[in-house]
Amino acid sequence: MTTISDFLHSNKTARQHVEEALEKVAANERYHALLSLTRERALERADAVDRGEITGRLAGIPFVVKDNFLAFGAPTTAASKMLENFVAPLQATAVERLEAEGAICIGKANLDAFAHGGSTENSAFGPTLNAIDTTKVAGGSSGGSAVVTALDVVPFALGTDTGGSIRQPASFNGVVGVKPTYGTVSRYGVVAMASSTDTIGCFAHTAADASLIMDIMAGQDERDMTTLPNFFTLSEPVKAGQKIGLIRESMTDDVDSEVRDRTNDYAEKLRAVGHIVEEVDLPMLKHSLAMYYVIVPAEVSSNLARYDGIRYGLRAEGVKTLAELYGKTRDQGFVTENKRRIMIGSFVLSSGYFDAYYLQAQKARTLLINAYNELFKTYDVLLSPVSPTPAFGLGENTADPIKMYLADIMTVPPSLAGLPAMSIPAGVTSAGLPVGVQLIGPRKSDAALLGLAGSLEDQA
Amino acid sequence: MTVISRDDVQHLAQLSSLQLADDEVTNLVTDINDILGYVEQLSQLDTAGVEPTYQVTDLENVGRDDTVIDYGVSREQLLALAPAQQDNQVKVPKVL
Repeated sequence: MTTISDFLHSNKTARQHVEEALEKVAANERYHALLSLTRERALERADAVDRGEITGRLAGIPFVVKDNFLAFGAPTTAASKMLENFVAPLQATAVERLEAEGAICIGKANLDAFAHGGSTENSAFGPTLNAIDTTKVAGGSSGGSAVVTALDVVPFALGTDTGGSIRQPASFNGVVGVKPTYGTVSRYGVVAMASSTDTIGCFAHTAADASLIMDIMAGQDERDMTTLPNFFTLSEPVKAGQKIGLIRESMTDDVDSEVRDRTNDYAEKLRAVGHIVEEVDLPMLKHSLAMYYVIVPAEVSSNLARYDGIRYGLRAEGVKTLAELYGKTRDQGFVTENKRRIMIGSFVLSSGYFDAYYLQAQKARTLLINAYNELFKTYDVLLSPVSPTPAFGLGENTADPIKMYLADIMTVPPSLAGLPAMSIPAGVTSAGLPVGVQLIGPRKSDAALLGLAGSLEDQA
Repeated sequence: MTVISRDDVQHLAQLSSLQLADDEVTNLVTDINDILGYVEQLSQLDTAGVEPTYQVTDLENVGRDDTVIDYGVSREQLLALAPAQQDNQVKVPKVL
């Protein structure tokens, strides 16, 4: 695996880095991890780095963005027919900040359409294959970004995580995945899904690389008023003797036994270096998915109302009235999962059902947050698996939406509470499939969580 | 438990501005009932006196100077994104 530091210490030119990354893209086409390349712009920027016109902490380092980030040089499709030909006239703040440090975007990665899904099988352009076993899913929704990182095409890639969309594919492909504290990174220029839990994060090979990327992207942006001042501190010393709570409800018999084994192994590694790991209870965990599938569809139905066929994106042909234009455009532009979520959202927000569903879910969310706050009085970090299973088979869960949703049962709760949560590689199953553990901390403890994960990488 | 009929799904589709094909409606009746059946468990939680959480930052009433921000995007670029335009306006079919 090639880390950012390997790139910075190599004698190659930026053009060579970018050309090599593009060659790796070509060699790995069968995974269908990328939807488009930004080749021309990438090579121009590489030459500018080599001429010394662009400098910075990531000068000449290639990366990939999930195709729901607006970025120059290629369309932004959100893996949907709705935006198939949408070429944005602006870039996401996250991309701008990386470019300002000299990083070079080489392409845009596949996802579940509009980031709705947990396998990348909901992409309107076909699924991405798992980097380790091509009969398995990549995970999702940021499947393409996870796979290009795992295949070592690029040292890091950007994703979005609303309920697990970075952490779960990171776990399925054996890379580090960061879902930061809500509000860490500006979402300006990123296709919105559920605004109360949408976050921007990254995939990388090491915790140190992930920290660097997050530090560069973090901070306030007047174009996203939910952003927090940058609280990241790089190379913070790892606190000795941390108290870590292993969430009991995430280690039940419903969870794959090898996933539990790898999680217990990780707990042992933590103990071996002097941390204290104890089992803790989080009974609200089992209700979190139900909260999520009320709150998120409600926000989705609102955020996706903008796709009306009027100002940009797809417009259905052969329609006579405005109502027909809306109805047909949205029918043709959305995949089934988008429609399911929009309609569930319309239902839970409709008068007569609002109190029983939406309001009740938002009150339950308060109970979940209270439960976390209570645990963080005693514990520095919480530990659980990322997903109840390793990567599942392509097509295995597509017929049953609930079964697909259950893959998110452990990643959804930190999202609802706005907490930072990291997916850290923790070994493989007997079949060789990667397993990730999740480190969850109080708000703004992102750097400390990555520091802790990094200190165990050094042990290996 | 709330049960959603085919007519309810058609109504939700209308509220959502989705013109669905018949076979898609059939599948959505099953899926939406399954999902609503799953989330029904929230009614078991005692939330009496609990305030709802709508946002998870501690930020409130974030303001900025009342000046124009330059987004670096021109009117022409934005209009060019529309599927149909005329005389600097976005063109749509008749409303009524």
